[in-house]
Amino acid sequence: MLLIHCPYCDEARPEVEFVYGGEAHIARPVDPSTYSDEQWEEFLYIRNNPRGRHHERWRHTHGCGRFFNAVRDTVTDVFEATYKAGETRK
Amino acid sequence: MSGFRLADGGRVDRRSKRNFTFDGKAQWGYVGDSLASALLAQGQMLFGRSFKYHRPRGILGAGVEEPNALVTVDRGPGRVTPNLRAPSVAIYDGLIATSQNRFPTLKTDLIAVNNMLSAFFPAGFYNKTFMWPRGAWEKVYEPIIRRLAGLGDSPTTRDPDHYDATYAHCETLVVGAGPAGIAAALEAAASGGRVFLIDEQEEIGGGALSDPAQWAWLAEATAKLAAMDNVTVLERTTAIGHYHQNFVVAAQRLADHLSLEDAEGPREKLWRIRAGEVVLAMGAIERPLVFEGNDVPGVMLASAARTFALRYGVAVGRKIVVMAVHDSGWRDALALHAAGVPIAAIVDLRREIAPELAEAAREARIACYPGYAVTSVSGSLAVKGVTIALAGVGKGQKLDCDAVLMAGGWTPTVHLWSHAKGSLRWDDSWGAYVPDKTHENLRCVGACGGDWDFGNGLSVGLLPAPKPLHESKAFVDFQNDVKARDIGLAVQEGFRSIEHIKRYTTNGMATDQGKTSNLNGLQIASGVLSRPVTEIGLTTFRPPYTPQSFGAMLGHHKEALFQPLRKTGIDDWADAHGAVYENVAQWRRARYFPQGSEDMDAAVARECRTVRSAVGLFDASTLGKIEVVGPDAAEFLNRMYTNPWKSLEPGRCRYGLLLGEHGFIIDDGVSARLAPDRFHLTTTTGGAARVLNMMEDYLQTEWSDLDVWLTSTSEQWAVIAVQGPKARDVIAPLVEGIDLSAEAFPHMAVREGKFCGVDTRLFRVSFTGELGFEVNVPAQHGRMVWEAIWAEGQKHGAAAYGTETMHVLRAEKGFIIVGQDTDGTVTPDDAGLGWAVGKKKPDFVGKRSLSRPDIVAAGRKQLVGLLTDDPQEVLEEGAQIVADPNQPVPMKMIGHVTSSYHSATLGRSIAMALVAGGRDRMGETLYIPMPGKTISAKVVMPMFYDAEGSRLNG
Ligand SMILES: [Zn+2]
Repeated sequence: MLLIHCPYCDEARPEVEFVYGGEAHIARPVDPSTYSDEQWEEFLYIRNNPRGRHHERWRHTHGCGRFFNAVRDTVTDVFEATYKAGETRK
Repeated sequence: MSGFRLADGGRVDRRSKRNFTFDGKAQWGYVGDSLASALLAQGQMLFGRSFKYHRPRGILGAGVEEPNALVTVDRGPGRVTPNLRAPSVAIYDGLIATSQNRFPTLKTDLIAVNNMLSAFFPAGFYNKTFMWPRGAWEKVYEPIIRRLAGLGDSPTTRDPDHYDATYAHCETLVVGAGPAGIAAALEAAASGGRVFLIDEQEEIGGGALSDPAQWAWLAEATAKLAAMDNVTVLERTTAIGHYHQNFVVAAQRLADHLSLEDAEGPREKLWRIRAGEVVLAMGAIERPLVFEGNDVPGVMLASAARTFALRYGVAVGRKIVVMAVHDSGWRDALALHAAGVPIAAIVDLRREIAPELAEAAREARIACYPGYAVTSVSGSLAVKGVTIALAGVGKGQKLDCDAVLMAGGWTPTVHLWSHAKGSLRWDDSWGAYVPDKTHENLRCVGACGGDWDFGNGLSVGLLPAPKPLHESKAFVDFQNDVKARDIGLAVQEGFRSIEHIKRYTTNGMATDQGKTSNLNGLQIASGVLSRPVTEIGLTTFRPPYTPQSFGAMLGHHKEALFQPLRKTGIDDWADAHGAVYENVAQWRRARYFPQGSEDMDAAVARECRTVRSAVGLFDASTLGKIEVVGPDAAEFLNRMYTNPWKSLEPGRCRYGLLLGEHGFIIDDGVSARLAPDRFHLTTTTGGAARVLNMMEDYLQTEWSDLDVWLTSTSEQWAVIAVQGPKARDVIAPLVEGIDLSAEAFPHMAVREGKFCGVDTRLFRVSFTGELGFEVNVPAQHGRMVWEAIWAEGQKHGAAAYGTETMHVLRAEKGFIIVGQDTDGTVTPDDAGLGWAVGKKKPDFVGKRSLSRPDIVAAGRKQLVGLLTDDPQEVLEEGAQIVADPNQPVPMKMIGHVTSSYHSATLGRSIAMALVAGGRDRMGETLYIPMPGKTISAKVVMPMFYDAEGSRLNG
């Protein structure tokens, strides 16, 4: 079981308190109607699948309830960093 | 009958005997014996029959690596455990152990006849049978395989034992309490941190238990550890897996070494230990050698014979031949000789033997055959002798013996290291993989870290033999009955990676996870391919290290504690009134309330008629509820839901439809605006948490500029639906401060006031098509309010109804249930809910997707009604629909039935279905093929009752 550091609670807590939220830094377009079908498909369904550093979202569902971002190595599962939503990509 | 108890020696207590049975026969041993040592002491060499060929098998090892001697231990009904390894079973008075896979007895196994048919079970047999005609698989091969192959029998009755579970935290966790582990634990403990030392055996000591010279030190160290407050020593505890960040799971066996009468408390305890540092001291496992006859009972590991002699005081034979390619075999032979175990000869494939070993053997008058290999073993139920030959191909020479010890070198036990994703490197001196790098705070000490002196040796696995590989009957994996030639065949058929060879031959895939076979399999594949071992790879180790009981995994999470059971405040009333329940998500909900001898159909018919003709009460407390508060609440909901919310007046309700960004329906519910900045949302029972999570996601990460607060209030409100033409009459006497008249309180409105003297949010809404109210009161008053309404209702002929009636009533009106009439691929238009989509809204979640090409394309599945031609025929939900029943199989399926009931109100069946191009098929007859018959049904609008909605306005 992973220990995940919640940047809001500033605590490392067991994985069972968290819910994974998919790849991070995929902003919803301000006006989706301006997107072509291809752009919208990209936004909806196309995700990175890196071997190594992965930027992803987690929610501290059974804690503070906040969404935050993390950089996790997909090979080792080691978290390089977790940081608050809205902070620049690490 | 060749093993015997030595006159002295061993750690067993020769003053205390224990009586047990094996295959029904009375046996005995001493306290401290394992089942294996006690039986070997009685001369028993035959312990079981093999997996595929039912070959007679004896003991191979003295520890958890044992692949052959699997037994079933019977501790009474529900307490039958198959596949226990005899060397790891402690004996106690009354132990009942039986051998496995034999028919009818261990000595005369009739199925062993397929020993001769072993050509029938070549590598890839399982895969190949799938390519043969399907009928042959179903009728011939599967039944045969099920009869022949297998390990033990699964228990068939409930396990009456209970299993404990706990968490622990420590600075240092040491896995394995041999000399290296004990030293590591003492060192860590000296610095004052919390230390856990866990070991799978009956007592700590590991390899030192088989070395009397270390017993004094061991006793001292054991006492020292026991005296330290910061040290916890757990015996009979197997670290089954290493998980992220030094999270180690270990199963402690608390009772299996005791008779049932002496065992108190839980049978096992599962430890979840988070450690700052983990030290693996798991030792190494000796490798067998691969030669013809290496599975005859009496052929075993040299280290096992040493353990049986020095730890248990048992000689495994009276005339023993050692087949070694490694110095450790000589050392074991000499130690056995010194302990009084008769060693007749040492055969070693190496021509050059270390002078001190050769000299010691000479002094012990042990015949030595350097440069020789065993080429065959005579005997079937027990070893009678061996044939040896120079370099395996010279002239054969027979040696009489009753046991053969194999010394093929040592494999570090890197299982947990690998669980932790630690990398491995090949070490030529070990002829094995040893730990290399890890990102965890984890290290290996002693033999499992490649740091132990077993001497030198070859890493050959397969001994040279006069026969070619494809004729070899030498076994590599004893538990899965994989032969060297199977690996040769796999390579010949084109497999190159060990991961593929493993799966094709099943080498290493048995319950022992290849503890004694992986490296030999790898070496053989490497030899056949003429490529270095490191290019062929290494299979992955996965938890558990040894097989574990399901009980320990489950711990307390069974029966009532399997998962939370959520009950509403009105649940007790339903129970007292005979409710039959169904589970919805984690809630238990009253499904119907049978009276007298009513079955479900009769009860539901009565409940439906009562609602339509008088009034019914329904506990809707499980509905998800979210309080949405803040100046931007309306703007937020406007962006989340398809419907327009800004225009909704305070005091009014709206049916809300929630899509995912992909445009498909994911939830719905009626919501009310209580004030300009306050909404009371409802969601489906199962969707409450999901919807709140989604809303929080958008609020926190996309629209953090909006000033809105979301609070789950699902459990704060009891909700009582009062539905039917008499609904207003029933609640009127109980309501204060709310004008209930149709003019003042129209359909889809909400009012706040008092109900039975407590605060209420009273909704005028209907999921039945009747005049209806949903009474929301604080949850703690739910039961009181329900009873008050019930009492009033009795004056008007009210009935309580359950979820089944609710489903029928809503289906009569064509109201959908998200997740039943939708399946995650249904758009609002598909569901006939296009009207709920705000056409003028510039954006909402999922809007852009509603104009994607596939979503606007013709022929999508649309929700329609179905009326069967036979009005009494109730379709099966999930049944597939076709347009032409006479087309050849497989037919083109154009949709499926989503909801189907008998409607008492209409006196016939009704159904809803998702059908391709459904709304263009009105009036068409479609067909639902079922076993033995085909049902025809007409496509209609999904609205079966009161289409104009006049009943709402009662
Ligand atoms: Zn938090």
